[in-house]
Amino acid sequence: MRNARLTSARRAAGALVWLLAAVASAVGAESDPQDFTQVERGRYLAVASDCAACHTVPGSGRPFAGGRAIETPFGNIVAPNITPDSETGIVAWSDDAFEAALRKGVRPDGARLYPAMPFNAYTRMSRSDVLAIRAYLNTLEPVRHAVVANMLPFPFNIRAAMRVWDALYFREGEYKPDPQKSPAWNRGAFLVDGPGHCGTCHTPKSFLGGDKTSQYLQGATLQGWFAPDITNDSRRGLGNWSVDDVSAYLRTGHNGATAATGPMAEEIALASSHMTDGDVRAIATYLKSLPGRQDGPPPLRADDPAMVAGQAIYRDQCSACHGLDGKGIPRLFPAIADSSAVRATDPATLIRIVLRGARSVATDAEPTSPGMPSYGWQLDDAQVAAVLTYIRNAWGSAARAVPAEDVTRARSALASRPD
Amino acid sequence: MARKLPRKDVVIVGLGWTGSIMAHELTDEGLDVIAIERGPWRDSPTDFPPSYMQDELRYRVRHELFLRPDQTTFTFRNKLDQTALPIRSWGPFMPPNGVGGGGVHWNAETWRFLPSDFVLRTHLTERYGASFLPQDMTIQDWGVTYDDLEPHYDRFEYLCGTSGTAGNLKGQIQEGGNPFEGPRSRPYPNPAQKQPFSPTLFAKAARELGYKPFPQPSGNLSQAYTNPLGLRLGPCTYCGFCEWFGCGNYSKASPQTTILPVLVRKSNFSLRDNSEVTRINTDRSGKRATGVTFVDTSGEEWEQPADLVILSAFSLFNVQLLLLSKIGEPYDPVANKGVIGRNFTHQTVSTVNGFFDSKKFNFNPFIGSGSIGMCIDEFNGDNFDHGPHGFVGGGYMGQVQTGARPIESTLVPPGTPKWGAAWKNAVRDNYLSTVKPGTGVHGSFYAYRDVYLDLDPTYRDRFGRPLMRMTIDFHDNEVKQNAFLTDKFAEIITAMGANQVAKQYRVAPYDATQYQTTHVNGGAVMGADPKTSALNRYLQSWDVPNLFVLGASAFPQNAGYNPTGTVAALAFHSAAAIRDQYLKNPGRLVDA
Amino acid sequence: MKDEPVMRVGFRRRELLAGTALLLLTGFASRAAVVQGPLPWAPNAGNPPVPARPGPWAFFTGAEGRAVEAMADRIIPPDPQTPGGKDAGCAVFVDRQLAGPYGRQDGLYVRPPFQNGIKQQGPQSEAGPAQQYRQALAALDNYCKSKYAGKVFADLTDDDKDATLKGLESGAVKLDGTDGQAFFEQAVKDVQMGFFADPLYGGNRDMAAWKMIGYPGARYNYLDWVDRHNERFPLPPVSMAGRAEWTPKTR
Repeated sequence: MRNARLTSARRAAGALVWLLAAVASAVGAESDPQDFTQVERGRYLAVASDCAACHTVPGSGRPFAGGRAIETPFGNIVAPNITPDSETGIVAWSDDAFEAALRKGVRPDGARLYPAMPFNAYTRMSRSDVLAIRAYLNTLEPVRHAVVANMLPFPFNIRAAMRVWDALYFREGEYKPDPQKSPAWNRGAFLVDGPGHCGTCHTPKSFLGGDKTSQYLQGATLQGWFAPDITNDSRRGLGNWSVDDVSAYLRTGHNGATAATGPMAEEIALASSHMTDGDVRAIATYLKSLPGRQDGPPPLRADDPAMVAGQAIYRDQCSACHGLDGKGIPRLFPAIADSSAVRATDPATLIRIVLRGARSVATDAEPTSPGMPSYGWQLDDAQVAAVLTYIRNAWGSAARAVPAEDVTRARSALASRPD
Repeated sequence: MARKLPRKDVVIVGLGWTGSIMAHELTDEGLDVIAIERGPWRDSPTDFPPSYMQDELRYRVRHELFLRPDQTTFTFRNKLDQTALPIRSWGPFMPPNGVGGGGVHWNAETWRFLPSDFVLRTHLTERYGASFLPQDMTIQDWGVTYDDLEPHYDRFEYLCGTSGTAGNLKGQIQEGGNPFEGPRSRPYPNPAQKQPFSPTLFAKAARELGYKPFPQPSGNLSQAYTNPLGLRLGPCTYCGFCEWFGCGNYSKASPQTTILPVLVRKSNFSLRDNSEVTRINTDRSGKRATGVTFVDTSGEEWEQPADLVILSAFSLFNVQLLLLSKIGEPYDPVANKGVIGRNFTHQTVSTVNGFFDSKKFNFNPFIGSGSIGMCIDEFNGDNFDHGPHGFVGGGYMGQVQTGARPIESTLVPPGTPKWGAAWKNAVRDNYLSTVKPGTGVHGSFYAYRDVYLDLDPTYRDRFGRPLMRMTIDFHDNEVKQNAFLTDKFAEIITAMGANQVAKQYRVAPYDATQYQTTHVNGGAVMGADPKTSALNRYLQSWDVPNLFVLGASAFPQNAGYNPTGTVAALAFHSAAAIRDQYLKNPGRLVDA
Repeated sequence: MKDEPVMRVGFRRRELLAGTALLLLTGFASRAAVVQGPLPWAPNAGNPPVPARPGPWAFFTGAEGRAVEAMADRIIPPDPQTPGGKDAGCAVFVDRQLAGPYGRQDGLYVRPPFQNGIKQQGPQSEAGPAQQYRQALAALDNYCKSKYAGKVFADLTDDDKDATLKGLESGAVKLDGTDGQAFFEQAVKDVQMGFFADPLYGGNRDMAAWKMIGYPGARYNYLDWVDRHNERFPLPPVSMAGRAEWTPKTR
């Protein structure tokens, strides 16, 4: 699919070459859509930055034409059209303007961008990086599509308020390599904190929506999911996964322990499955270097009523796929035993999957895309809570019990969600 | 007036096993393929989840996964001088409907036919003489041999992850496998499944009687497996809800688990579901197919033009579409002319139930899988001398424990009342200690002049098209064959230690109210002679070279095995011929 | 055969693709193929079973319900270990089934002409099970009233009930305007079906029938028991709606 787009993009580039030559000469030859190396580098960075996840409406057939609503805790923001359209796109922006948007969070008219556009991560890319992205974007087919970006309710729709937010939470600046660390570690740190913007989902936010830096990458709840801890914590993070396991997960969506579903399935399908082996291993190397919290509750007793009930439900239902020993089947049914995802601080993802079912991602390397059925019709809130409490505390695991009220709240919140 | 859609390279009618195999092969060749399926899209987590698939009432008794007779059905009579009446509720077989077709709810019994099955008339005539065969028996050679199909059987088995023990590796008989099978080039991709108590006991009794029992080849996987397409399957967990049900945990081979996730990702493949093909269109000469006409759920007619038409619906519907599209000469049993509808066959099955001492035997019969079981093949095909017996054909027999769902598995010993306190007590005392073979005796059904398919003169479907009429009865040959086999089977069940056995012979007349497997075959048979066959060895229509008709409709007669392995091998064989020969040079692949 | 013209059809594969794509974009897109790309999925996908609603008869009149309960208790009499057909809910099961698609013959082929045929051709009646039960139960009570001094079936002694049912079974007892033998055969099937079906459907209350025979119910994983030959499976039965042990016991 990606190759098809590239081919048509190249054809479009050929057709537009005379127009762009004029534009390029007007704004300076720094981002030159005819420079193959630069365009290719920009394409790769655009993939790593996962621009498509926000700027492309899935299934629309109009890449980067905007129009997709991004959910934030404050309301919806609609991603704009970043194709080189003369009226509704960004072809007329100067290179400086483009860099200012990605690295400083400022629009050409001086208005501030909301951090739904993760400029606070993209700032770590260099000017040359972002201009390469620009060069690539300029080779795309222009799409006429006007987008009104700001759909936030008052008072959040006042962009000027972003000045305060920026002062509190935004540190402009390119990534500075750490000379004490390996090139792979540095590349990984750049990718995670820069184009990959992993912290946007995986770092918990303050009530104003800024990063809680003391809990860097320790997991956060958003859109009814829990983006897990991706430090090297052995209970809740990547501690039990090797660099190979992490790389396989990012490249294929599956590894011996689990499978990607929900928003991470989309990330993998659009971004990390198209990155190089070296890059995903670098990300894995970096993440596994982050020490975990190494704290957590003791396990629940096996005779706790929730454990007894949960064990009955597990044996009667869940074991059909996840196995009597909780180990699942590698790359088909995720392991429940000794699973970080199961031990997550916030069981939001677990509750959601049990209630609504889930489909794991399909990639070329792992096309099976197994699904989990929904149990919301079969299990009541106390039963869902019991079986989740059980799997979080069985087979040597230990995690906070799940109260039935959490399930009740999640059930009604999810009822109004389309995804 | 049908609205015309953009042309495709290939249109595939029906997305079951053969449609999926052909779609996969032809999309790999780079062709633009559309599949049109009458029924709905189906997939494991959304349609057969292990949270409610275990519902005997809904799926086994009320047939929820199957075609509704209201959508279409057949009329039935035993003999030509009777009036055929509609099968208003299924029935002797259970037509599938939906993506995956019968591959969703089969037992996954994955057999190969014997080498002699493919050259049946030649073989039997040579051994017993032409006069040994009934005069009205119309069996014929297939036009293709076991050796031709061996690599394609192998391909299907590796696609599915078939679990079994090889009996004949390149001519060397292997201990523990079927000593009668044709030679295979390599072992099964997975070892045989574990066997519960009763098949193990059956095998012991069979061995003591001098037979060579072996595990039935099973498309329920014995362990986790990754097939050649990169698709992952899990191990069967013996839930006992196999035939009639979809598999909830990716452990039964089906188009869903072995092909479709890869197929639908290809940009040159698309599928329209809930769309019924009503006609294969041909040009004015009648010798070239131009595509198909189908009807969507709103009743609107559409035309899908294509350069190559693959007819891969359920066997009976293949024949019906050929008749309705006026392709090939309809068979007339009186004049003994024509080919479409000729050599229609089913299967000759029976069983023996065994009642054991409940204080000594606990079979846990609910632990089951579609094709676990221990079988013997001594009485199949021509594996034994038929001379003294006065019949031809045979079948495998075995204790195949597919499960013991209580509505249909609460048997009582012969003589017990069917209701009341005595019945209740007998059910209580016998459930765990009854051997109720899921597949007991699975015998062949050879072809006869007066067993055939044509269009009914009276009854119509919801589009006003004539239903297809089945004229079918058991002939003496099959009744004798079954009596012989059933008695042999009863000997083994008795030797297992049964207190009482209840033999249930299969006798004439053929009864459309008794389920007898969904192995209905023929009607558009393959062969070497266009006078007695509709298709050549590659399943290409003799009349319309850009039409291929896949499925059991191609069987000239039925052997004593489940058909799916052979159906799939023939499909792979055709696909190879299309890729290697037809596409380079479209036209007749075989001279008549 | 050799003289017939060989059909040559050109295949323009990739060009065909491009052409097809163009056409799709220009107007036929609304009827474009339904499944292509990722496997279809939506949250809460699936078709869970619809449980029988407790409460009054959905199909039977009061009199019909009484009659079927009485029949159920003779077809499956109560004993000290296991309830009979009535307490097991078999009449509720039959009632809910008759009120639903089964009773209405939904999905069956009910086009005319209707003619009687041979037994092997199966039922050829325009009336579905619901109508047949209604007719037969009325005829049954009428028969009993005339034979047993005005008593309907439900009010007979157990012995008289059994005699009546045995008469239906053998054909000795004939019902007015309806095939009593066929009716009784179907009633036995339906009552016993209700006894053994999942309790979701109204019968097999408390999984009593499954407990009676030792059937573990709607389970899906016996991997650890395949090899355990001739041993009693110890776990209690479970319905698709679960079992009591699924709910945590509050202290």
